[in-house]
Amino acid sequence: MKRSFKLAAVAMTLAIGLPLSASAHRTWLLPSATVLSGNDPWVSVDAAVSNDLFFFESFALKLDGLQVTAPDGTFAKPENAYTGKLRTSFDVHLTQSGTYKVALLSNGLFGSYKDAAGQTKRWRGNAETLAKEVPADARELQVTQMQGRIETFVSSGKPSQKVLELSGTGLELQAITHPTDLVAGEAANFRMVLDGKPAANLKVTVVPGGTRYRDKLNELTLTTDADGKFSVTWPAAGMYWLEATVKDNKPNLKPATDRRANYTATLEVLAP
Amino acid sequence: MRMLVPGLLPTALSAALTGLVSLPAIAADLNVKVEIPRLNVAEYHRPYVAVWLERPDQSVAATLAVWYDVKKKDKEGEKWLKDLRQWWRRTGREVHMPVDGVSGATRPAGDQQLSLSSDKGPLAQLPAGDYILMVEAAREVGGREVVKVPLQWPPKAAQTARGKGESELGAITLDYKP
Repeated sequence: MKRSFKLAAVAMTLAIGLPLSASAHRTWLLPSATVLSGNDPWVSVDAAVSNDLFFFESFALKLDGLQVTAPDGTFAKPENAYTGKLRTSFDVHLTQSGTYKVALLSNGLFGSYKDAAGQTKRWRGNAETLAKEVPADARELQVTQMQGRIETFVSSGKPSQKVLELSGTGLELQAITHPTDLVAGEAANFRMVLDGKPAANLKVTVVPGGTRYRDKLNELTLTTDADGKFSVTWPAAGMYWLEATVKDNKPNLKPATDRRANYTATLEVLAP
Repeated sequence: MRMLVPGLLPTALSAALTGLVSLPAIAADLNVKVEIPRLNVAEYHRPYVAVWLERPDQSVAATLAVWYDVKKKDKEGEKWLKDLRQWWRRTGREVHMPVDGVSGATRPAGDQQLSLSSDKGPLAQLPAGDYILMVEAAREVGGREVVKVPLQWPPKAAQTARGKGESELGAITLDYKP
């Protein structure tokens, strides 16, 4: 718990690495598999920002804030990391039996202001770079905290629970149904949680992968109930992208006045 | 590497849940014939096959056989056990392979026999009740198929039950008798 706090703090000070236009794109992690057997399994994970799911076609996702949690709660070291033009890749050696969580955490500031010439400028950084990079005479400065969590889950052998524990910071997914035990035609139950509390009446979007090869997005739009819960019945097997965003005025990073907390997960649904 | 496996030894609890607590009083035999079809494909590998008994609620009463690459070095053959995806989800992922009397090498095309008795092995403590015999096959660079055959245990008289696969499995024949 202590360690994860420290790491979150480190992630906080790093630039989050997304292009400023990222909100128009989808960010994702794509594991080579989520259900593995055998005594020496590995997974490779791609990380990218794109429109089509899950095709690396726009930007590589920077690995600042990457946190791989092993089944016993310790951090595993990603190996063979590589950043190309369109994607980032890394491997995870699953030395423990159970469920691993791969997460990209970000916590930064986004600002917009008018410079001396009256031009609207956008800026991204943290509290220290704000002072350096945003001119002192900036007008109409609006600073928003951007809190992001991009996750995926991988199980070697029997799925385990430890990595599903919540951090209590930002927007998170509480898995009621285990995220590596998803099967087409079955319902899965989850809860969205903001700062450790149920996020009620929140819109959650679920998009099946393979969007390049069909005309319609086929997204499922769900709304959490008063307890933050929602249920998804998977229409078919495949990789799914799940996303939700909360905008509020409860930042915990100065000098932000607003917050945008985002949660994204890639979930694999197997055929029955 | 002898392991006690929940799927192999039904607990009193699971028996109570299904409302079936009486153990078979007399010996009974179960013979399963699994036809592995001869396939005309460029790259053929023998399928991985799992055979298990399911309760009506889909929980696993007993794993009867798992045929896979048991002899590969460093247990590499276990990497593909998850491709028997229904067996893997229901019980395989909770079991440490190999399991005595259950694990075995992959079998060639043709009729493969599995003979079990209520005297010993997975059937020894199987409570009386309705079951479904599940046969799942997954083949490297090939397909996957599950065939289900319902049965009542223990049998009151000699019986034969049949199922039939269409791609990765052929005829499944169950002969069971008191």
